[in-house]
Amino acid sequence: MRQTKSNVRERIARRAEQEIKSGYYVNLGIGIPTLIANYISEDKEIVLQSENGLLGIGEYPEENEVDPDLINAGKETVTEIQGASYFDSAESFGMIRGGHVDLAILGGMEVSEEGDLANWMIPGKMIKGMGGAMDLVHGAKKITVIMDHVNKDGAPKIVKNCSLPLTGKSVVNRIITDRAVLDVTDNGLVVQEIASGYTLDDIRNSTEPVIHVSSTVQYDAY
Amino acid sequence: MKKHYMNGYDAVSEIADGSTLMVGGFGLVGIPEQMILGLVESGAKNLTIISNNCGVDDWGLGLLLKNHQIKKMIGSYVGENKEFERQVLSGELEVELIPQGTLAERIRAGGAGIPAFYTPAGVGTKVAEGKETRVFHGKEYVLEHALYADYSLIRACLADEAGNLIYNKTARNFNPMIAAAGKITLAEVENIVATGNLNADQIHTPGIYVQGLLEAKQEKRIERKTIRNG
Repeated sequence: MRQTKSNVRERIARRAEQEIKSGYYVNLGIGIPTLIANYISEDKEIVLQSENGLLGIGEYPEENEVDPDLINAGKETVTEIQGASYFDSAESFGMIRGGHVDLAILGGMEVSEEGDLANWMIPGKMIKGMGGAMDLVHGAKKITVIMDHVNKDGAPKIVKNCSLPLTGKSVVNRIITDRAVLDVTDNGLVVQEIASGYTLDDIRNSTEPVIHVSSTVQYDAY
Repeated sequence: MKKHYMNGYDAVSEIADGSTLMVGGFGLVGIPEQMILGLVESGAKNLTIISNNCGVDDWGLGLLLKNHQIKKMIGSYVGENKEFERQVLSGELEVELIPQGTLAERIRAGGAGIPAFYTPAGVGTKVAEGKETRVFHGKEYVLEHALYADYSLIRACLADEAGNLIYNKTARNFNPMIAAAGKITLAEVENIVATGNLNADQIHTPGIYVQGLLEAKQEKRIERKTIRNG
């Protein structure tokens, strides 16, 4: 089954939205995780945290609402919701490390079977920096990584050991890809859901470590 | 009553070659625009800059980079700047990349009399290599040291003559911690009002941290203008 890149992104983002419960304070990473905000169901009360100092990110502004002093961590212009608050960077990361954020959804380049995450650097290629990711992975109560199941060459991104420099060791709780939802547990990776168009064998063949199957695994789940 | 400067150059002209500077801002939001332009004019070089980002190619700290005034950059995310990458890969520029929360806390510690602290960020990664670690409550933490600066250059929305500062929205970011961590802190503000005209209960940075003020109009360039349904 052939899918366009934007279809795949939407599928991942819509599935990731289901991780967000009403009442949650959530940090969405830069890039595809930011798109999840577009799919948050209206009956949920969610407060989005932006690590540059805002609790309560609103929609993107209308042209006449643009405020150059109001951006998200991806440096996009945003608005504030009613009940929002502003604070400085030390307080922002105190809030993150202190375990007050319920969920962080981050992008990933590689995740290992023990929940190690690599998402900030390709040696010799780019020099960008880790931003807030290394703090977030140790602070939020739950860390969910969303990414394509395989890379551009078709090789698994869920691996036994990450080959790229780590963002954090044993930090990921759940992985959501275009093909499956997997939990990182003390007994290894456990498949919870398989996306429509894929079989359990497809998931096994495109995941490097051994995977276990949940007794409640759902097929055609999303 | 704090010292007033006429323009960006006037504020920074005494900053010597080889100084360590902290500069406020997240991306281009909350950066002291005119003082950065003043540094371009003064030509101070071999600077160590501590700032979350390094501007873009033609604005903010990117201007100092282009002018080869920066010897070392300490920050957390520099992905918006092609010249930065070129200078690092060619060995012209030293760089120390720090997790953003660790950067904020190291600066805060510097201004608050805390020489070092333990944090979980970076444990098990390159960031913790060669650093002391310690287990608390069954979890491993890495020791990080405070950062200090010869000068702190910050940007606020409002100041009074006593140097009390109020920031606007996400332009606050690193500015309050940076204000406290510099030996000399210079605040660039959009408006200075007479002492007594700010609500004392709403001051973000008390004037004790601020040595000089510059009132200056801000261009407030936008890096990623994003519009609803557009």
